[in-house]
Parts: sequence; structure tokens; C-alpha cells
Amino acid sequence: MTNREIILGRVREALKVAAPHPVLRDSLAAAPAATPQKWLPPVGQTMEAQIELFRQNAEALKVEFRVCANVTEAIQHVKKLAAAGGWKKIGRQRGELTDPVARELSLLEVPTDRGYAVDDLESCDAALTECEALVAQTGSVLVSAPSAGGRALSVLPPHHVVLARRNQMVPDLTTALLRVQEKFKDRWPSFLSFISGPSRTGDIERILVLGAHGPKKLTILLLP
Amino acid sequence: MNVYAKEFNESARRYTADLRHRELIQKALAGYYAKRDEFKNRFQSWPGARDLAAEIKWEAINHLDRYLDEFVSKLEARGTKVFWAPGAQEARDYIVGVARQHQVRAIIKSKSMTAEEIHLNDALEKAGFEVVESDLGEYIVQLREEPPYHLVFPAMHLTRQQISDLFHDKLGSEPTNNPEDLTMAARRVLRRKYCKADMGISGANFAIAETGMISITENEGNARLTTSLPKIHVALVGIEKVLPRLSDLALFLPMLATAGAGQSITCYNTLYGGPRQPGEPDGPEEFHVVLLDNRRTEILADAEQRDALHCIRCGACLNVCPIFKNIGGHSYGTTYQGPIGSVITPHLRGLQDWKHLSQASSLCGACTETCPVKINLHHHLLHNRRNAVRAQPARLEKLIQSAFVLMMRRPKLYQFAARMGRLAQPLQPLVRGTILDPLRAWTKTRSFPPLAQKSFRELWRERKAS
Repeated sequence: MTNREIILGRVREALKVAAPHPVLRDSLAAAPAATPQKWLPPVGQTMEAQIELFRQNAEALKVEFRVCANVTEAIQHVKKLAAAGGWKKIGRQRGELTDPVARELSLLEVPTDRGYAVDDLESCDAALTECEALVAQTGSVLVSAPSAGGRALSVLPPHHVVLARRNQMVPDLTTALLRVQEKFKDRWPSFLSFISGPSRTGDIERILVLGAHGPKKLTILLLP
Repeated sequence: MNVYAKEFNESARRYTADLRHRELIQKALAGYYAKRDEFKNRFQSWPGARDLAAEIKWEAINHLDRYLDEFVSKLEARGTKVFWAPGAQEARDYIVGVARQHQVRAIIKSKSMTAEEIHLNDALEKAGFEVVESDLGEYIVQLREEPPYHLVFPAMHLTRQQISDLFHDKLGSEPTNNPEDLTMAARRVLRRKYCKADMGISGANFAIAETGMISITENEGNARLTTSLPKIHVALVGIEKVLPRLSDLALFLPMLATAGAGQSITCYNTLYGGPRQPGEPDGPEEFHVVLLDNRRTEILADAEQRDALHCIRCGACLNVCPIFKNIGGHSYGTTYQGPIGSVITPHLRGLQDWKHLSQASSLCGACTETCPVKINLHHHLLHNRRNAVRAQPARLEKLIQSAFVLMMRRPKLYQFAARMGRLAQPLQPLVRGTILDPLRAWTKTRSFPPLAQKSFRELWRERKAS
């Protein structure tokens, strides 16, 4: 007998006796498992309301969030961040939003899309990536291996800058998951992550410290 | 009394008298309560969310065979190696085997209570591998060579001063009482470890059957680095972690954050669906998922307590437990502390050895009330008491109970006993708290209320006579 058969055998044996069903309110029938939105924090219907909610949530998570009127404005802002942070080298993902910004920055670059040396990326001052979605309900950014230049780019450098489009704003986690499910179907990337603010810890006397192991700063720029 | 119960009693007595410990825990938890309530209140209905979460977990656990099968076949389809481990030994042997086969030099590990449960670090170290914990709290307790104090906050029993001394000692860092400086000192050391490690070990918070992915929840980014840079990733996953659908995470991620840490959502909630896929720039070449039973199927077989497998290890029941707050996490002597630990440890390690944990409860029900997946925790403590007595009756207690019943059924005997009690009570202070005192368990720390000089019957009789 294989280990698999041993464990599944034990499970099937155990499940022969039925367990009492949890006592549930009638309201559950009105909100089946696929639609937990009914219970979760509320989200406005309009795009403006969602952007506003995202701003509030992101700021509470210590994210710098900015709505940019056009690419030029985004470039200007990233240039300002680069000057303030004294950036010399950035890691980046190649994409239609990141390309023009990186071009104007004209810093040393470590493009990660086709592989990179870990030490090279580790010594970068910032990371520039795109994303899959922004979640108004939580202030989170959903990234995937293809949209964020792999797994490490969005967590290794000390400042992560995300460029997103307006149509990537979604109301809640359910919609964000549905969106990637529709996009990737059965061809999933090996990595997807909801990023909600810069890396943090409260392990010493429950006092919040930013930049535990990942980025100390997270900037999200919303483009039209 | 067995050795575990004895150690438990001694430790509990020590911690309960430790006022510094109490103050530290109360201060840490006060912030948690405020934040937890703030974010609970943002839900349109927290009770509704709990119902749904309980329902989803019930569905998953009561069809566990089907969902495990689906989870594994989806994982394997994308090149993940899945190992089914019936017990702790098999899981340890497999993981040590993977490390040996790849001639691994350094292992980095992100927080996993399941790895604590099977004493994975010991096994790897005995086999000659260096294992470094990367979660800050876990790293601190690893340097102190002690087990985690709390499921979610492993170092919550330590002051910044203690941590500063520890880092000064072990890492040579400058003494400081600034938590940020301490965090940065650990960050510098651990950065080098991530870049050097060739194997990363993690746990998992959820296993998604529908898509064949594991979900890892964290705040620090240590799990993300652990699973990004090394060329091998091993995830140790208890079989009860299964959720049927990807969309279930939309409910469980915010609930875990709110109940577990008083956050709206944790910083990183990451899904891993395989090793590096074609066209991806990084990620491990090999991804191993070790599915652990280790007597979880015994809890499954107990239909009455099966819902204990709904647990998402948020630690909320510890944070509200009056016993935990006084005796502290280390007194339990178990991997899982607090009410959930007291419920499941007798199943995982033997009922008779660990039945004393069921008595470590005021049965106030705060744990059951706070549990985000509605585990009937305090009733399960009662179930464990009943099961322990059924399997091994307490003879003395039984004798005392039947003597009591005998007395209560015979009014004459009761009156006689009450009279004797009244006569004997003035003598009791002479022997108070000593071996001769029949009430010493009570009178060691408290006084016994004086018995009335006249019984109700006597008063009634006198009144009628006058």
C-alpha cells in the first residue's frame, strides 16, 4: 500500500461517521460560498468611490498612492523618488508601463524577466513593476510572476514602485481572484501575491516596524 | 500525576506569580484587542462571515478525501513533487532525504507550526544541516534555543531589552532599546542567509484544491524570500489545510488577518502553484509539498470533535483565554498552546498524558465565541474530560461522589453531617492548609466561609414554636 492509499484510507474510514453540520443562520442561503462579499467590508459601486477607498486603505497601510493624469506625470514622480532616495540602480520588469519610465530615469538597470544574478538584484535601490489588479477593499496590489518580473523583484529591493492602470482597479478580493482565474485559465504562473503595504513586523513588543525583510517603502502610481 | 501534568503545574504556578510577564502580555494584547475590534466592525457582518467560514471548512473537512485528491493532482500536473506522510517520522525522513540528495549546504526556513510539531529542525540539524529561522520572532526564539511562545507571536514574552542583550550576545550588534534598530540588525544577518541558502522550507496556511496551490500568509516578506531564492522549496502542509475553491480566500484572508493579528489584511498573501514554470525568471527548480497526517485522521475519526480540524491557526483563542494570559504559552509544553492546543494535543500525543490540559480552563467560552471558524472549543475540553474519565475512571473521585449522593438522599444523614461540620469547623484553623486539613486544596490560599450556626430547618422549627 502506498502512503497515499494509507492516508486516504484513514480519511475515508473516519468519514464513515457523519459529523454534525454547523448551526447556520437562514441568511447563509442568501450568500452562497462563492459570494462572501455580502459579509465583508463594503465597497462603493463607482470607479471614483473605489479609487477613494483604495487611497484610504493604502494610506492606512503606509503606502504612497498617487493618481497620475498621464505617463509624463508618473515619470516626473518616479524621478523625484529616485533623486530623494539617491537611486543608482533599479531592478525592473519589462512592460508597456515600466519601459517609458525606466527609459527616462536612465539609471543602471537589472531587468529580471529573463533571469538575473541574485547579488545584482539585491544591491538595487528600487524595483519597478506592473501588476494584475489593485483591490479597493483592502488596498492591496495583486502581482504575478509575469507582471512583477518574477518572484523576488517585488520583495528584494528596499523600495517597490508599482505602475497600474485605472482599469486594473477592482472592488474586492473576490473580483481580483476571478480576474486572474479568467486570464490564466489553467495556465497559472507559479507565483501570485497580494501585497498590502511595505514589509512589516510587530514581533518585538508588538511595535510596528516597516521593512522587516522586504521593501521599506511601497509606491503605487495609478495611470489612466 | 504524570510528568507532563507535573511540569505544567509547576510552570503555571511560576508564571502566574510573575507580574512582569503578566504586564507584558496584557500590554501586547491590549493593542491587539483594539485593532481586532476596529477591523471586525468594518465587516458588514462578522457573525455572517464566521458562519460562512465554518460552512466552507465543514465542507472541506467532511469531503477531505475528494479535495486532497484534487489538490494533489493539480499540483502534480505543474511539476510539483507531492509526498504523503502518514506520520512525523516519514515527513522528517523525506525532507532530510531531499536535502541530502541535493547536497544542500544551508537551509532557510519561514515560520511553520507544523514543522515545530514534527521537530523538523532537530532532525535536519542532527543530519548535519544548518537551519535558520527567518521570521523575526522565530529567529529570536531560535537564538534563545526555546520553542515559540505563541502560535502567531513567537517572541511576545520578551522585552526589547532581552532581545537587545540576545542580539548583542549572539550577533555582536550594538545594544539598543529601539525595536527598529533591532529589526534591522536581524534583517542584515538574514539577508545574507537568504542569498546563500540552497533550500527553503515553509508551511502553508491554506491548500487550494480547485487550482492546486498553497497560500502563505505573512507580514515580513521572509516567506517570500524563502520561496524565491533557493533552488529547492519544500512546503510542509497538514492535510486539514484544504479549502475547496480559490475564491474562498476572499473570505479567509481578511478573517485570518483580523482574528489573528488585528489587521485588515496581512502584508503578503502569496499563492504558489508549482516550481519555476517555463518563461519565469526565478523561483525554485524543485517544489516539494509534504502532506502530513500525523494523527490528524484521529481527530477526523472523532465526529464530535471533527470541527477542531477547521482551525486556521490564527491564535485568536489564545489571545482571549484567561488561562493563557496568566500561565503563558510555554507552560503548556505543547506545540499548539491555548484552548485549541488543549483540545487537539490529547489527540495528537495521547489522551491520558495530556488530559490535564482540559482542566486548564474556566469554561468561560471566550475561545468559542472568538473563533473565526466556530470551533466548539470549550465544549471539546469537556468532551476530552469525559473521554479521559471514561477510559480511565478516577476511583477516589468516584468514591467521594457516591458518598455525597448517599448523603444527599438521606435527610437524617445530611443533618448529622451538617451538625458535625458545624462542630468541627472551629477546629479547622488549627490544621489549616496542612495534610490533616480535609479542605486544604481550597484553604491553602483562601478561607472557608463559616457554616451557619443554625440550619434552616432549626430556624423554621423555632419560629413555629414561638
